[in-house]
Order: sequence, then structure tokens, then C-alpha cells
Amino acid sequence: MIAAHLPILQIVVPLVAAPACLALGRGRAAWLLALAVSWAALGIAGGLLATVLRDGPVSYALGNWAPPWGIEYRVDALNAYVLLIVAAIGAVVLPYARRSIADELPAHQHAAFYTAFLLCLTGLLGVAITGDAFNLFVFLEISSLSSYVLIGLGRNRRALTAAFQYLVMGTIGATFIVIGIGLLYMATGTLNMADLAARIPAVAHSRTVLAALAFLAVGATLKIALFPLHGWLPNAYAYAPSAVTAFLAATATKVSVYILVRFLFTVFGPAYSFEQLALHNLIVPFAVIAIVVCSTVAIFQNNVKRMLAYSSVAQIGYMMLGIGLGTATGISAGLVHLFNHALMKGGLFLALGCIALRVGSVRLEALAGLGRTMPLSAFAFVIGGLSLIGVPLTNGFISKWILVQATLEQGAWGLALVVLFGSLLAVAYIWRVVEVAYLRPPPDGARRREAPLSMLIPTWILIGASVYFGIDTSLSLGVAEIAARILTGGAG
Amino acid sequence: MDIPGLYNYWIVIVLMMTGFYIVIARGNLIKKIVGLNIFQTSVFILYISMGKVDGGTAPIIAEGVERYSNPLPHVLILTAIVVGIATTALGLALIVRIRAAYGTIEEDEIHAQNTMKDADG
Amino acid sequence: MSAQTLIWLSLLIPGLAAVGIALTGRWPNVREAVTLTAAVLLFACVAALVPDVVAGGRPDVTLIEMLPGLPMRFVVEPLGMLFALIASGLWIINSLYSIGYMRSNAEAHQTRFYVCFAIALASTMGVAFAGNMMTLFVFYEALTLSTYPLVTHKGNEEAKRAGRLYLGILLSTSIGLQLLAIVWTWAVAGTLDFTAGGILSGRVSGPVAGVLLLLYAYGIGKAALMPLHRWLPAAMVAPTPVSALLHAVAVVKAGVFTVVKVVVYIFGFDLIRETGAGDWLAAIAAATLLIASLVAMTKDNLKARLAYSTVSQLAYVVLGAALATPAAVLGAGMHIAMHAMGKITLFFCAGAIYTAAHKTEISEMAGLGRVMPLTFAAFLIGALSIIGLPPMGGTWSKWYLMLGAVEADRLVMVVVLMISSLLNIAYLVPVAARAFFLPAPRPAALGAAAAPAAPDSGGIREAPLFCLIPLCLSAAGCIVLFFYADAIYDLLRPIVQP
Repeated sequence: MIAAHLPILQIVVPLVAAPACLALGRGRAAWLLALAVSWAALGIAGGLLATVLRDGPVSYALGNWAPPWGIEYRVDALNAYVLLIVAAIGAVVLPYARRSIADELPAHQHAAFYTAFLLCLTGLLGVAITGDAFNLFVFLEISSLSSYVLIGLGRNRRALTAAFQYLVMGTIGATFIVIGIGLLYMATGTLNMADLAARIPAVAHSRTVLAALAFLAVGATLKIALFPLHGWLPNAYAYAPSAVTAFLAATATKVSVYILVRFLFTVFGPAYSFEQLALHNLIVPFAVIAIVVCSTVAIFQNNVKRMLAYSSVAQIGYMMLGIGLGTATGISAGLVHLFNHALMKGGLFLALGCIALRVGSVRLEALAGLGRTMPLSAFAFVIGGLSLIGVPLTNGFISKWILVQATLEQGAWGLALVVLFGSLLAVAYIWRVVEVAYLRPPPDGARRREAPLSMLIPTWILIGASVYFGIDTSLSLGVAEIAARILTGGAG
Repeated sequence: MDIPGLYNYWIVIVLMMTGFYIVIARGNLIKKIVGLNIFQTSVFILYISMGKVDGGTAPIIAEGVERYSNPLPHVLILTAIVVGIATTALGLALIVRIRAAYGTIEEDEIHAQNTMKDADG
Repeated sequence: MSAQTLIWLSLLIPGLAAVGIALTGRWPNVREAVTLTAAVLLFACVAALVPDVVAGGRPDVTLIEMLPGLPMRFVVEPLGMLFALIASGLWIINSLYSIGYMRSNAEAHQTRFYVCFAIALASTMGVAFAGNMMTLFVFYEALTLSTYPLVTHKGNEEAKRAGRLYLGILLSTSIGLQLLAIVWTWAVAGTLDFTAGGILSGRVSGPVAGVLLLLYAYGIGKAALMPLHRWLPAAMVAPTPVSALLHAVAVVKAGVFTVVKVVVYIFGFDLIRETGAGDWLAAIAAATLLIASLVAMTKDNLKARLAYSTVSQLAYVVLGAALATPAAVLGAGMHIAMHAMGKITLFFCAGAIYTAAHKTEISEMAGLGRVMPLTFAAFLIGALSIIGLPPMGGTWSKWYLMLGAVEADRLVMVVVLMISSLLNIAYLVPVAARAFFLPAPRPAALGAAAAPAAPDSGGIREAPLFCLIPLCLSAAGCIVLFFYADAIYDLLRPIVQP
């Protein structure tokens, strides 16, 4: 009975809990509720994935209004995959958030923080689950608005300007998406994505559909922060509270990637997007620039959080490169990196949050001697960094492997070299941190002071997962390949 | 091309570009929010315009009326308006906080303060 | 015990030892006991595998499928058997030596040192037993990373710079070139299993084979082909036991071992010879061999000279692989063993001299031979083995390499090998000769009056026993290998005569 309603529960549970958090008023009670909800969400997402893998796509008609008139929640392997990533990151970040937030925010903001966090979670899950184009926009805005709030909560006043900048850029992006959806509705008279996919071929040659695709693609890339539309991201990540950065870095851009993939492949279809419009000629160059330029910029950052933010933009380049290739292997490379990057970057930002808690700064020179004063956090950072580089036995290696394989399949030597060159740039920026942390003596009087367990355990869960999925890829790569087959039109 | 018949779409485009221009060109944060509003409003009009069916009336069931306009875009845009208001409110709230923290709401002055005190982040 | 269990144990013992060492770090004696026990057990496990492999068995274990069609898989074949045997055997000797060296020099962070050492050995075992190219790559990278803390052990500016160079060259070549070559091979051949006769033959054209071989040869930065050899001299900043076992044996041999594996099992002799892909590789190896020898002559720092000597000796192995004839590849395989034994002896001596006399420059060592006779005698034995004079093990590998060059009809290479042997004499023998035959310098400032009449020992004696015994053992090993070279020959023969 409950199993049949999993899709709606996935959304409703956190949505209802969010205002309840605010009503509870006290930080600790709100945290407990949010924690319970996030774990429930993870359980539901796991259940959905299991169902999808066993029985094929799940369709849920909201309020029993049959699609395409009513809103349909449609979960196939790709949706379930993204849902699992988002829910898992949420479930890991929340236990961590209590100490981190208690340190970084004044007590009266705690309940509001958990409310905004749950709303953000709801929005991201909603985007990933819905089969209705307009509904997708609404969820996107729920997640965006709450993430502006979360970022604005940062201690540094620059968090405010970063949040404002993100608000402006994000709203433009979302509005572009809604224009695109409107134009599609104009051309086809439907908002259900499956229905859209069926109807678009008949009107594919109209200017309206073309314009819709353009607006959707630009809007989505803005939210993805694909170069050169990434301007909002570094500051937003650098000044948000640690837990928020970890959560958003691991989920928000990933969900935006999902939006783009969903529209390009399912709604418009690879034949239209790639064979007719040759979108890869547009996506791939920008992805390449993102990889090279942003990795290079990352090397010169002195704020480690901002360094990782630039690295995120570069990593998004890898995902978009894979997706931009438009082949089944390329898409699975993009998707598996989406999964893997969520784990490693989430872990890295969490480790950095541990450091921020004890050291009070994330500037490079403040990290001197961390190998001795905070061995576990520093080592977590090293493993996460190795994963970012793509060293074997970490999940980053798997991503790189598949991506290089995808480029070689196309005979694109240059692209393979770019991917590998990007890894070397990652070595440069990661090793700057490692050298300071391990080879510089700690400041005088510093003694061993590790972060509390409630923060270390979540950090190590993500870092451990990064290693685990570097060895056993049956879940990460397996589902990504199924999703890629569905997207390229093969049987699921 | 039927320019007069498509005139509301032209309005949409003019509004959209106006709003977009204000967001990009103005340094005053409040004006940016105003520009963002105009930009979003253009989309509202786009949706409302597309709901119109030639010769159709308001979508309320009435005696002797055969053609109704499509109500769905209107409903959709109600949601979008709510989203727009929330965005505006949040933007303004952020501006209040920015003003408290920086003493100004001019982008260039904020930027100058940020670069001056770059050591804090 | 079944062969499978033995493979498991060989991989697990050093790994578990790392954990044990980390846990017992507070009690140095227990910690060292853990290292030694692990080394002995590891050697026993590896040695127990030998009869099976000699009898033609190829025991294998499969761990987990990392990527579809690409499991992490271990197979013991003769070449890997030999490499594992050398690395694990020398680990025992080196552990003894480490104890003496690290304690006498009161080095800091000793627990970290032994932990990283054990992990490096675990990675070496993984490289040696890897059953496909991806498994090999995984452990190759693990070896790079686990040795980085050893290179930067001193933590000063020089160590930091060396570490940057070490990691920079090794990681950028392996990720930038080797990984590309591996994925390319995978795309072309559809498998990465090491297969007798090669997996690429018949699947790639001549030019492609050439490019691939280039990617592999330079992608395997640990083989230190010029101009990508700079990391090796830089790594000499590490404590001497590291230079001895890792940068004369495990790490660098992992490099040339990989080159030989690639030539034998990925390309296959026929492909290398028919497409002429090996020609330029042989040329590069020959150039490296000569240039590195010449550079070695200019170095006054003993460890730097030995490092360049290693670069040159590694090129012998690559040259043997590039010639791709049975005798040459046999010679290459044997040289891995012979050079390991000789070079570790030389490094042990360098460390012993540093420990006892605190001297690092060759010009300062005049007359030292009289106060440290055992050390310098061992040095001479090691040097002769490297040069390739009987009755030292190095004779045989050079013999087969020359035979291979003749077999391949490359007389130029025969000449190169001969010139190089002469150069070896020129840069190694004077070190010992100087120590034995030149008078010790007198303290200049005080003049002759203040100096005692007897040869000035300045209080210098032989290094502590823990240093001395290992270097005598390894020097003896050089001689033993001369007489037991046929055992190595029998072990390796199946790879060239399938």
C-alpha cells in the first residue's frame, strides 16, 4: 500500500516537515525532525530505485488525474539515480549540520536553517521526480529560493552579495526555462514530458520549438554553472555555511544537469538535439574550456573553499563533456561522474567544514600543520583530493576511465588528452593544500584538536563511499548505463 | 508578417529586453530587482497571450458560448507570479541585510569594499 | 596451502603489516619486530609459489569486477614471480638495514616511515602479480603515492621540491600518457589481460603500434627514460633505506618490469619487430644508457652518482625489451634481478658511510676504505656486479643482453653496451679505489704537527652492525647470483618460448 505511494511521499514528507521545523522553534527539535525526514527520504529513494530496477519505470498520477492532463510523477532509472544521490547527500549532511551550524549561525536562526534546508531538499527531489515540465519549474524555484536563503546565512558579509548575485542569475536561468516550457506548450499543447516527447517530432521544424530548446538549454546551463555562465558559483560556495556548501555542491548543480539531460534526450530526443542541431558542437567546446580554464584558476586560489568551487565548475565540464558527446558511453560517463563527483566533492567540503570549525579559517596558510593537528580531517581531504585527480581505487578514476573511453570511441584524441590534462591540473591544486597541511609545521602552541565525531563520521562516510565506488561500480556505473540506454532510445 | 496581430508578443519582447537590460546595466540593487520583475512580467504576458483562443471568451461556463480561452496558462502563471513575488521579497530582504552590512546598496561601492578587505575571505 | 591462498597472503601481509606498524608505533622494538616478521612471512609466501610456477602453473585469483569486463585480477607468471621474489627478499635485508640507519641517524617520524614502506611493498606485490593492465596500473599509482611521504620525509624545502618533482613527473606521465595508452588498448583489443603473444597483434597498424609503444614507454615514468628521469635523482633526498629498496629496486623495477610486461604480453615480440615499433625505443634506451652514464661521472655526491647509474641500468632493461628477441628479453628480466642486488648493495654502503662518517661527497671519502674495509669491499663487489664482471651476477644479464643484440642483428647496440660497461667502470670503481688507496686528508687548519702520525681515523669506525650485516648479505648475494643464474634462466624461459 505504502509502496505504491512512494513517489508522492518522497516529496510530501520533507515539504510538510519544513514548516513544522519552523513551528518547533527550537534548534535541537528542528534538527531531530529534519534528520528523521532526511533519512526517511533516503529510504524512500532507495525503495524507488529498487522498484525501478526490478519492475521498470514507475508512474504516479497526482490526485488520480490521469496523465497527460494531471501532473505525473514518473520515475525511471535516471530519476531514481538522481533522487538517490540527492537524498543520500541530504541524509549525510544533516547529522553533520548540527555542530557545524551551531558554530556558524546564531541560535535563533537554527530552526529557520533546517526549514530552508528541507525546502531545498524538497525542491531538488521534486525536480528529479516530476514528469511534468511546469511542475519541474516550480520545484526548481522552491529549491533555488531556499538555497539563496541558505547561502545568505553565511558568516561573512560577502555571503549576502554572493546570495544576491546567485538570486539574480538563478532567476534569469529559471525564467529562461519557464519561457522554454511555455513555448513548448504553445507548440504542442501539453506539459507532460512523455507526451511532449511524442508530440514534438510533428512540429520539430517550427521556429517555436527551436526557440524553446534554446531558452531551455541556456536556462539550464545557467543553473548548471557551465562555463561561461558560472560567475555566480564560486562566491556562493565560498561564503555559504560549510554544511550548505557541501550539500549544494553535491546536489544543486547535479539536479540542473539532470534537467538538461532530461530535456535534450527525453523531450527533444537525441536525434533532434544532436543529429539535427549538432548541439555537441556547442556543449563540448564550453565543457573543454571549463575543464582547462577553471582548473587553472583553481590553482591560484588562496581560499580553499573557493578553490574547490572552481574545481566544481571544472568537474561540471567533465559531466557536460560526456553528455555532450551524445553517445551511450558518453552519457553514462557524464552520469557516473555526476554520482561520483557528488560523493567526493561533498566529502571534501565536509572535511573542509571540520577544518573551518577548529581552525576558524579556510585560507590556505591557515591549514599549516593540519596533518598533525587534525589528522583525520586532513587525511579525508587527501583521499577526496585523490579522487578528484582520478587516482585508481577512487571513484574519480572510474569516471575518468569511462570518459576517456567515450572520447576514444569517437576517435576524439584531443578530448581524451583534455580530460587527462585536467587531472594533472587537479594534482596541482590539490597538492598545494597537501603540502601546506603536511609539510608545514603547525603554528606555535597548536595542539591536536580533531573535529567532533558527529562531523567526522559523515565526512568519512562520503569519503569512504568515494573509495567504495571506485572498487565496486555495479551500482554507480550499472544504473548510469541503464539510464544512458533509456536516454539514447534503447530498451531500458 | 502579421505585426499588429502579434503585438502582445512584441510587447513581451520589449519588456523582456528592458528588464534584462536593467538587471545587467544598473548598479543599484533595488533597480536590479525591479528589472528582474519586469523581466518576469514579460513571461507572464507571454503565457497569458498564448492562452487566448480566437473568438473565445473567458473560460467560465456560460449559456450559449461555444469557444473558451484556454485556462491552463492562466493557472500556470498564477504559480509563476507567486514565485516571482517570493523572489522579489527575498531579494529585497537580502538588500536590507546588505545595506546593514555594507552601508550601501550600490554594486560598485560594495565591490570596492570587498576588494579592499579581501583578506577576510 | 593452495597457490590462491598464497597470492592472497602475499598481497595482504604487507598491508596488514602497515596496520600493525601504525598500531604499535609507540613501542619501537615491537614495531620493528612487526616489520621483520611481515618481511619474512612475505618472502616465505612468495617463495612457496615458486615451485608451482616453475612447473608451469599460472595460479590466479580474481578479486572484483571494477568495470564491466575488467576485473581486478592477479596471475602469477615467471616475470612477476621473479620481481616479487627480489622485492620481498630484499625487504627483509632492507628492514634490518632500516633499523640500523634510522636509529643511528635519529630520524623523525619513524612510524610513518615504516607504514609507508609496508604499503609500498604491498603495492609492489600488486604490480608483480597483476593479471591485467588495469590492475597493474592501480598498484602502479598506489606505489607512487605511498612513496611520496618517504621522499618528503625530511620535510624541509629541498624535500618539498623533490616531492613536487617526483609526484609531478610520475603522476603526469602515468595519468597523461599511460592511462591513455591503456584505455586505447582496451578500445582496440577489447581486453587488457596479459596474454602470451600479445593482445594487440593483428589489431593495430605499424604507426599506431609505434605511437602506443611511445605512450607506454614514456607513460611508465618509473622506467626513467630520458628526458623523464629527473624524478629519480630528486628522490635521493629520501633516507637511504628508501633509496636502496625503493629507488633502486621496487619503484624503478616496477617501471621497467611494466615495460617488459607490456612488450611481452600486450604487444608481443612479433608485433614489435615486424612494425619496427621497437627501433626508436631501442634508440632512446641506448641514448639514455650512455648519457646517464656520462652524467654519473660528473656527480660528486655518491647518492646522485648512484641514481644516474640506476637511470642508465634501467635503460638496459628497456633496451632488452625493445630488441624483442628471446635472449634480449631474458637478459632484461635477469637484469632486473642482478641490478637490484648490486645497486641495493651500493646504496647500503652509501648509507653506511653517511651513518658512520657523515660523508656524502665522493671527494671526501679518500682513505675511508682503511677504516671501513668491509663497507668498501662490499661496495666494490656491488660495483663489479653492475659493471658485469665475473664472478658477479651482473655478468649473465649483460651477456644475454649482448646476445640478444646480436640475435636482433643490431651490432650498434652491442657497441653501445660495451661502451657503457666501460663507463660503468669509470664512475664506480674510482669510488672504492679512492677510499682504499688515497691517503686520508689531514685536518688542514691544524697542519701536520697537530695530526697524529697514524692514519687519521677521526674516530670513524664501521657502521653499526644493523647496517653492516645487510650490506654484507647483499654483497654475498651478488656472488651467489652468479652461480645460480641458471635458476633464474629456467624460471624466465617460458616467457620467451611459450
